[in-house]
Amino acid sequence: MDRKELIQLKNKATELRIRIVDMIWKAQSGHPGGSLSVADFMTACYFKYMNVDPANPRWADRDRFVLSKGHVCPAQYAALAMKGFFPLEVLDTLRKEGSPLQGHPSMNKCPGIDISTGSLGQGLACAVGMALAGKMDKKDYRVFAAVGDGECNEGEIWEACGTAHKYKLDNLVVFVDWNNLQLDGTCEEIMPPVNLARKFEAFGFEVFECDGNDMAQLVEVMDKALASKNGLPKCIVGKTVKGKGVSYMENVCGWHGTAPNDAQYQQAMEELNALYIKEEA
Amino acid sequence: METRKIATRDGFGEAIVEAGKKNPNVLVVDIDIGKSCKTAAFHKELPDQYLNVGIAEQNGAGVAAGLATCGKIPFVVTYAAFGSMRICEMIRQEICYPNLNVKIACSHGGLTPANDGASHQAIEDMGIMRTLPNMTVIMPADYYAAKALVKAAAEFEGPVYLRFTRDAIPVIYDENETFEIGKAKKLSDGDDVAIIANGDTVRLALEAAQQLREKGIGARVVDMHTIKPLDVNCVNTCIEQVGKIITVEDHNILNGLGSAVAEVIAEAGKGKLKRIGVQDQFGQSAPYERLLEMNGITVENIVAQAEKLLK
Repeated sequence: MDRKELIQLKNKATELRIRIVDMIWKAQSGHPGGSLSVADFMTACYFKYMNVDPANPRWADRDRFVLSKGHVCPAQYAALAMKGFFPLEVLDTLRKEGSPLQGHPSMNKCPGIDISTGSLGQGLACAVGMALAGKMDKKDYRVFAAVGDGECNEGEIWEACGTAHKYKLDNLVVFVDWNNLQLDGTCEEIMPPVNLARKFEAFGFEVFECDGNDMAQLVEVMDKALASKNGLPKCIVGKTVKGKGVSYMENVCGWHGTAPNDAQYQQAMEELNALYIKEEA
Repeated sequence: METRKIATRDGFGEAIVEAGKKNPNVLVVDIDIGKSCKTAAFHKELPDQYLNVGIAEQNGAGVAAGLATCGKIPFVVTYAAFGSMRICEMIRQEICYPNLNVKIACSHGGLTPANDGASHQAIEDMGIMRTLPNMTVIMPADYYAAKALVKAAAEFEGPVYLRFTRDAIPVIYDENETFEIGKAKKLSDGDDVAIIANGDTVRLALEAAQQLREKGIGARVVDMHTIKPLDVNCVNTCIEQVGKIITVEDHNILNGLGSAVAEVIAEAGKGKLKRIGVQDQFGQSAPYERLLEMNGITVENIVAQAEKLLK
């Protein structure tokens, strides 16, 4: 990846963050912390890797995205709108009555959502099912899944890992958004993760680790993960910062599911807009 | 005359092979009780359509949901206690809410896993599944009904919960009998009392009707194999033409067939009802017939309750 593409991707991530905070502020409801921590992975998926067709959201050969940590859907909604799955103005309807943008993603309401999620721990098994169908049908689409570190408290995550390993799903890339904060406190306080990378490795995954908010590092490991066709499902443990990009939200547990007020919104917009990098000629 | 007895899980095991051969998208997702749930033939004959995800029901439901988004028609195969309760929320969130084409096919429904004890006796399952939007809930009355309804479920678009017996039960239908999901079957005529049953209890209802007939009481018998969507027209016809109704089920009297029929009767504002079923109590390890007796799910009790209603 050349420097120009890296800058473009970073700027896409900044735009994604601005749209996340904007829609949650307008809704006065939603989950900004985790949406901002997963924003770089979301950007890399939709703007570099995923083969999707906004005009044909259920195209059978598309790459799939499963947001197992469904509460951070503002990040996916922003990506889908920026990609052209629906008009950008629709983002203003987040969590409102009649909106396709439900508080947690609904595949039958929102184009581009590949499976409804929202109850933690369940999405990864669905992603495994999609990857399995791809193998059965000898299709070469990939399945990307984002799971939370706190979500890995759920037993079903590890059940799904067993199936991914058994059926040699090297078309599955799982991103663990390791922001180290859950709803009630830090991961160590709530349920020590011990060592997520080693856990996934022990469950039969090929594991990559990186700074999940560093686009250059993310792209480097994503390239490796997607190139590796060794029969092992892929896991990227990305160290991230909850609330990344908005100073007062960063690493603050209270921003898990709180909307900013007007003054906080203004400050967030100033800080996020300052992140844009001027593209070189 | 000796009645032929076959477990409805055997009907499932045979029909799922036929369904899988007819449509290669039909899959079995086993949870390591496939041999008991009769999927061994499917595994042998259609290995490319067969998955076993281990003792991980929650994952099985999720994997099936993911497969269904890609056009597959997965049958998640397990016991009724686990297929309804262990994975209830996965079925709700990942199958019913997105309205995906996943079937939950469960052996060991009701009290039939008799000597296994209460842990394996699913007396709450149909009631729980009935409350999930988009879900269809079916219990066939015999081997042939099971075969026909499994094939119908495979061709039906949307989530279906199917419940089979572990134990062999009498064959009451002809092999060419046809079944339609959501359409009850009237098995005998009579205008004094209507006995609405499902699953294994249909044969009890038929026997009770025979005894009542000998006493000069005309008993209509209905096989309500689909409790959701309930055949409301059929229940309303029973209310209009008969008025006195008995429901019989191998399920808790709360929230199952009896409750579904009671809802129609209550809203109709007429008709009298007696529910026969598991008396809101857990079972125990005992012979199946004894467990039914302990709950009054017997021919004698159906006859007695009919006579009481007619007094």
